[in-house]
Amino acid sequence: MTALLTISRAGPLMSVQDDGRYGFRARGVSTSGAMDRDAHAIANALVGNDADAATIEFALTGGAFTADRDTLIAVTGGSCQVEIAGRSVSTWESHLLKSGETLTVGALRGAVWGYIAISGGIAIPKMLGSRSTHVRTAVGGLNGKALSAGDILPLGDSEKRAPRTLGTPYLRGHGPIAIIPGPQDDYFDEDAWKTFLRQPYRTTTARDRMAMVLDGPVLQAFKGHDIVSDATVVGSIQVPGSGKPIVLTADGQTTGGYPKIATVASFDLARLAQLPAGQQFLFRAISADLAEEQTIHADDRLAAVIADLRTSEG
Amino acid sequence: MHFRPRSGPKSTSESTYPRILRCGDRAIGIEFSDTVSEAANLKVLSLDASLAAEPIDGILETIPTYRSLTVIYDPKILRGAALGEALMQRATHDTAVPETGRLLEFPVLYGGEHQADLDELAALKNMSAADVIALHASAVYRVYMIGFAPGFAYLGGLPDILHTPRLAVPRQRIEAGAIGIGGRQSSINSVPGPSGWRFLGRTPFKLFDPARTEAFLLKAGDRITFRSVDLDEARELDEKVAVGTAELKEIAR
Repeated sequence: MTALLTISRAGPLMSVQDDGRYGFRARGVSTSGAMDRDAHAIANALVGNDADAATIEFALTGGAFTADRDTLIAVTGGSCQVEIAGRSVSTWESHLLKSGETLTVGALRGAVWGYIAISGGIAIPKMLGSRSTHVRTAVGGLNGKALSAGDILPLGDSEKRAPRTLGTPYLRGHGPIAIIPGPQDDYFDEDAWKTFLRQPYRTTTARDRMAMVLDGPVLQAFKGHDIVSDATVVGSIQVPGSGKPIVLTADGQTTGGYPKIATVASFDLARLAQLPAGQQFLFRAISADLAEEQTIHADDRLAAVIADLRTSEG
Repeated sequence: MHFRPRSGPKSTSESTYPRILRCGDRAIGIEFSDTVSEAANLKVLSLDASLAAEPIDGILETIPTYRSLTVIYDPKILRGAALGEALMQRATHDTAVPETGRLLEFPVLYGGEHQADLDELAALKNMSAADVIALHASAVYRVYMIGFAPGFAYLGGLPDILHTPRLAVPRQRIEAGAIGIGGRQSSINSVPGPSGWRFLGRTPFKLFDPARTEAFLLKAGDRITFRSVDLDEARELDEKVAVGTAELKEIAR
């Protein structure tokens, strides 16, 4: 018998996500997957799931859930009110959710993307190698759609485990967001570059899983804001004619016709995605070679956090 | 930080191709041109074919586009600097000609729900709708790249007379299979969605169908012709496509 998770209340933009869909960008299929890969990975580890198991991602507000089997659950991504059968429990650790009990997840404070992992993982069928939902093209997920109240999700099998907490704290970076100039860095003159690297930009409410439109000083591309369409990557910073930068995120389209001034370093993309709307920040430029070093270092730090989970008392 | 980006006016000499463009810490591009050209696209596909035939350890995905090849890699296995050198080496020394793509014939119901765009295009060009159809169906198109949406095909080879600017206000929903013109490009739509292109008709065939064994009908390098069909034949094909028995006609390899 497959265990089932029933959603009785769902925030907006709630969807099934895993660690991404790879190998199909050449066919126009976005990578998708969790907006905050680290938080998703930690949530999975806390409930004893493999790194590629699917979790429920939510934006700003969680929801209410019931399982028909005893499970372990963990909520990560930021801090928020989480209750099991009316008892308050902590984020960033796993807890027993008994069969029939209600899990409620409130609103994130100081973060945008949250993750709810359930032991066994969300066991919907994979599409093109992944369970991640790309709502815009109806690929993956539960019938290609965002989750809503009344949806029922199958859970995978799992061994019985004790709840766990982090032995090593998971700390995010701080300071300016690291970017690597290019590929169309030479579409922008020295003044535009000075503006980009010295003036603050602001996150806005114009954001979803596909992209974040930033507010701040206008960036003029002296070679024009149209290029012959070429490939984009997750983290590409496009500059359309409005001069307001657009950061492509997990669900970003695979090609684009705007010049890309830079790419957000992969170790800083989730930190940017987690900035609440209206928050000011600065960019700093680093070389691709240095960014590779720091990305590998960040992956090692995450692996160390996941390797040091401890059984919690009681 | 001593690192300085390349900013425009400082680089006085014209860029020479191919050139390497860093795209963050997990991707790198090699660019053969900054315009649309069949020659550049053939070089892109040739390099892509070379990487498929003799893979480099650490490469995760390659994305061929009109004029550049973007390579996604695992920095733990392969560094961008070394990969860039390897790509330049192959691009400048490898003279392998990519195999000619398949030549496929797509049946098209011209007009139909897209009659308004077809009539407007004909009026803009001082032609009859029949002339537009004849002209559009007379050309052989090349799939320059797949992108934007799953299976969406950007085609080259649109006759010059049919080059037409995009609509000022995009439409909210265009169905999969719609045959479009956007500037000097032509396309076959693959998933329903908003579009500012002008549409002449539709093909019953689905460029993207995740339920099919081969989810994608086309790949970069394929060649395409269009054949005008009437409503009866289109409906017959719709039914065959729905039950999975329709077969796209492959004219040549």
